Amino acid sequence: MTARLRTALPPIVFGVAFIAWWEAAVKIFDLKPYFLSAPSKIWDQFANNKSLIWEATRVSGTNALAGLVAGTILGVAMSFLLSRYRVLGDIVTPLAIALNAVPIFVLVAVLNNMYSITSEIPRRLMVTLVVYFIVLVNVAKGLTQVSPTQLELMHSYAASESAILRKVRVPNAIPYLFTALKISAPAAVITAFVSEYFGGSQNGLGSRITSNIANSKNAAAWAYVLGACLLGLAFYLVSIIVESAATPGGAKRTSGRSQ
Amino acid sequence: MSTVSVNNLNKIFNKGQANQVDALVDVSLSIEQGEFVSLIGPSGCGKSTLLRLIANLLEPTSGDVVVAGKSAKQARLDQDYGMAFQQAGLFDWRTVAKNIELPLELKGWDKAKREARAKEMLDLVKLPEFAAHFPWQLSGGMQQRVAIARALAAHPPLLLMDEPFGALDEMTREHMQAELLSICAKTGTTVVFVTHSIPEAVYLSNRVVVMSPRPGRITKIVDVNLDGQRNESTRERPEFFAAITSVREALRAGGGHAHTGAGVEDR
Repeated sequence: MTARLRTALPPIVFGVAFIAWWEAAVKIFDLKPYFLSAPSKIWDQFANNKSLIWEATRVSGTNALAGLVAGTILGVAMSFLLSRYRVLGDIVTPLAIALNAVPIFVLVAVLNNMYSITSEIPRRLMVTLVVYFIVLVNVAKGLTQVSPTQLELMHSYAASESAILRKVRVPNAIPYLFTALKISAPAAVITAFVSEYFGGSQNGLGSRITSNIANSKNAAAWAYVLGACLLGLAFYLVSIIVESAATPGGAKRTSGRSQ
Repeated sequence: MSTVSVNNLNKIFNKGQANQVDALVDVSLSIEQGEFVSLIGPSGCGKSTLLRLIANLLEPTSGDVVVAGKSAKQARLDQDYGMAFQQAGLFDWRTVAKNIELPLELKGWDKAKREARAKEMLDLVKLPEFAAHFPWQLSGGMQQRVAIARALAAHPPLLLMDEPFGALDEMTREHMQAELLSICAKTGTTVVFVTHSIPEAVYLSNRVVVMSPRPGRITKIVDVNLDGQRNESTRERPEFFAAITSVREALRAGGGHAHTGAGVEDR
């Protein structure tokens, strides 16, 4: 417990000191609210607008979650196909990696055109697409990058391809899936916010931030930013908890692989 | 009846292409039941290729391999041999006991029978208290012992080993050699053992097959005349040194040692 406290204490102290310094800097240098709001003001706004922020968080969070689930299912399904049919993998994998490096979320503008103005579908599709590529690239790697020794061993047991898939490839890919989820959970949240910048209903965290800034309500905008941070953090924490619950031997296995 | 019989075996990689490699040329070898035979030679002499041809992990270009009275392929399908590699190749997501059970699962054994056999094998390699551990919680030597237990789980008549102790430190290595001999004495398993180390080959084997590269072939078979139980004092006997000398001379004659001993260790 003391060891835990010792690792947790420095970042906590730093965080508190940072906020105190921010508060002090706004006062000392007399920074105008349009330039930078004081943390105390942001907190006031956050407390006063709790139900509105919660409503916006629910909208953005639902979009992120829907896209995360759909993207993960599609990505896993596709990676199985790619590992089964190598030719397909050779064609699609370089493409997927290249697309992964491109900020494809700008596509949401195009998707917005396809659906009605109040539809949440384009945003969810965008999240799906972003998550899909992250999951696809990682899980496909886990299914194919099996230790050559383990493959030779399975061949020496005269194991069928389906037995190799079940007993080697799938378990080998599970840590890769969790890595993908840890990357894509925050990415899903970010994509959900950013896609709100491209039009559609003014109901999520992203659009609230821009509309508050447009109305010079900077402290309120910051309060929504705080909500966005909390949502991203919640997604990330859940992905870590799911990982440690689902992995025998916990996180140690993924960090300390013996072979 | 010999457990392994290799007749006029040839293996050519990339045949007819610019990068053609004559990995094995006209290799014949017969290994009797209960024998311990080492394959030694510098890198590129085809010793690992020969092992994989016996295991039917590779197909020969010509010639034939008979294992336990069957074709190499049938022997593989029947799991008539167990195999261990330089890397233990244990599955991180399986406990030690579940790793040992894997070949039995693939044979379709029921759970109770598998668990009983895993327990028996853990006793054999002296790791009974580690059944529920995960591989990454074990030292390199212990992992290698689990790999041997797994290779022998189905009680195969033949054990094929590709430099299994190559990644271990010297102390662990000598200990593992003694353990392996006592396991083989108990089970009566025939062993084909690929190594880079002359003392290791001599200490373990009834016969040492000396190979040389370009093209890969057998240059000499050295009989090791160390009677009775081998133990630590075996390493100090004159017969031990005599056998080491004849293996070393055979390696030199084969050209393997011509330029600063390419890949063969004297330790």
